[in-house]
Amino acid sequence: MGGSGGLRWYVTRRLLFALLLVLLVSSAAMMLTRLAPGDLTAELALRATPEEIARTRARFGLDRGIASQWTAWAVHAVRLDFGDSFLYNRPVGELVARGALNSAALALAALLLATMVGIPLGILTGTRQTGVMANAVRAASLLCLSVPPLLTSLLFVWVAARTGWFPVGGMSSANASDLDWSAWMADVAWHLPLPALALALPIAATLERLQAQSMHEAVGQPFVVAALARGLSRRQLVLRHAWRASLRPVCGLYGLVIGALLSGSFAVEYVTSWPGLGRLTFDALRARDIYLVAGCATAGALFLAVGSFVSDLLLALADPRVREMEAA
Amino acid sequence: MIRAGRALLVLVALLALAAPVLAPNPPDVAFRDLSFAPPSRIHLTDPAGRMTRPHTYPLRLVSRLERRYEEDRSRPQPIRWFHRGRVATVTYEDAPLLLLGADGQGRDLFARLLYGARTSLALSMAATIGALIIGVAVGAIAGYAGGWADEALSRLADFILVLPAIYVVLALRAVMPLVLPDRTVFLLMTGIFAVVGWPFVARGVRAIVVSEKTREYAEAAQALGAGHVRVLWRHLLPASRGFLAVQATLLLPAFILAEATMSYIGLGFSERTPSWGTMLVDAANVATLGDVPWALAPAGAIFVVVLGVNLAVQGRPQILRTSSRSGL
Repeated sequence: MGGSGGLRWYVTRRLLFALLLVLLVSSAAMMLTRLAPGDLTAELALRATPEEIARTRARFGLDRGIASQWTAWAVHAVRLDFGDSFLYNRPVGELVARGALNSAALALAALLLATMVGIPLGILTGTRQTGVMANAVRAASLLCLSVPPLLTSLLFVWVAARTGWFPVGGMSSANASDLDWSAWMADVAWHLPLPALALALPIAATLERLQAQSMHEAVGQPFVVAALARGLSRRQLVLRHAWRASLRPVCGLYGLVIGALLSGSFAVEYVTSWPGLGRLTFDALRARDIYLVAGCATAGALFLAVGSFVSDLLLALADPRVREMEAA
Repeated sequence: MIRAGRALLVLVALLALAAPVLAPNPPDVAFRDLSFAPPSRIHLTDPAGRMTRPHTYPLRLVSRLERRYEEDRSRPQPIRWFHRGRVATVTYEDAPLLLLGADGQGRDLFARLLYGARTSLALSMAATIGALIIGVAVGAIAGYAGGWADEALSRLADFILVLPAIYVVLALRAVMPLVLPDRTVFLLMTGIFAVVGWPFVARGVRAIVVSEKTREYAEAAQALGAGHVRVLWRHLLPASRGFLAVQATLLLPAFILAEATMSYIGLGFSERTPSWGTMLVDAANVATLGDVPWALAPAGAIFVVVLGVNLAVQGRPQILRTSSRSGL
């Protein structure tokens, strides 16, 4: 099998994997919440009558067996009805969509920032082994690898509070609802840089390290030497030949970065009060808000699935050997 | 570079071990009037400018609102060396020697940092050992047995590796009772971290066992009548020693950070127990105010450990070590 057929089979397999991932994660989250000691009526127990508690339990499917509750949930979920949240008394779909959107904005900003900083610097340090610039970048990169988002965001919050240059937390100002569309965007754009930077730093450093390493390997390849012998300029050599050859491991990294991005964004969202999926998941888990937990898990798994799918696709496009190999 | 990293880690471990001797004060004594007091200044001259023994002055709260303290110059407190089993301290009633200032309850931040290192390091070491044991066992079985056992175990490991670790930890912890005694929390977190961490170990051990078991020396051992367990334990697993050392070094800071995150969000140790995570809660409270920079000390401690590890493994982060997944 070769050519586009190979790619099609590859894409199908990856899609199936993504689907399985979402199914497994959301179901596991639901099971865990059901098996946890105490349910969402724990808080009610003090002030509600037994009838009210029974009604609430019935409303959230807690009076049924796990299997039948899961089936009912799955049937509705396929039609994008994820049930209601006990905590917020609103449809889960609505809450999760908003949280996911906020998280995605943060994650995308961080990813963009990390790519724009990490890749060019990696090309630089990969082609130049010595020199002040390359050494400075290497040192900075080592430093950035050592500051997890939890610490960076704490530090940034402190700096923001100290200097007043940036808001201390949140995604928009208190008067955000009065603002018109463009002013609201500007407001969010003012809140975004610090959390995004906190999230981006270690990823930028990781990208820089990997790009440098794979660039260094690519530069030593015979075809690059051949291109040099043909009289190509250094610039053309690096950008057209060596960089393209070095792209495969970097594309592969993006699939793994999604996980790091989600993990990191949990800490960042928590510290900077960014209203994303992280905080929502935490609150839902604590309150045993079963449908909200399942909804958050579904959204998180979708993120992972889409991320690794896009990364795999990039990988296959960047390197034909991948799709040949997977098809075989 | 590798040596500097190792030296840094050894230093932190020694500081933690020597905590009872090095800390000028017990970690749990709260000096009520010294909430967020600044670090003690050590004076070498008396007010008249003459050289004296090193001494400090008691701090007096001038303004509770501004958290401003003043030194009481009339009562110098000479530093006592090797007094009551401590390297350096002052005989305090109300004037302790605070090398890093005090936390919100007026406890010695430096002492808590040292004792916190014990908690954080002990937990992450226990979890690392747990992850290594599970990882080696699973990896060895999968690699040695092959077939369906290999397939099933490898899929399981891959599945856990795909998930963002902190969410798995969060979910597993949050479905347990939310308030637990510290001893239980320690065991629980050790278990959870080991469950999240083993796939990193198992994947590498499996690959090593698979490639080693067809080598002549392994076949020779089998031909001589060695049983499976003996072949694995005496002949195959020693080949993974170097890999395990690196994995342990990489898992350690990840677990320290996980503890910090969990304690920070209130699902880890209780506030009384000093750990780097519980101390971060205080740091976060004052970070939003932009003052009391010394409260960020636990963040600095975590940074030092992560930096030490990154130096020791030469700046190759975990994520790069697991990125060779398609085997290309």
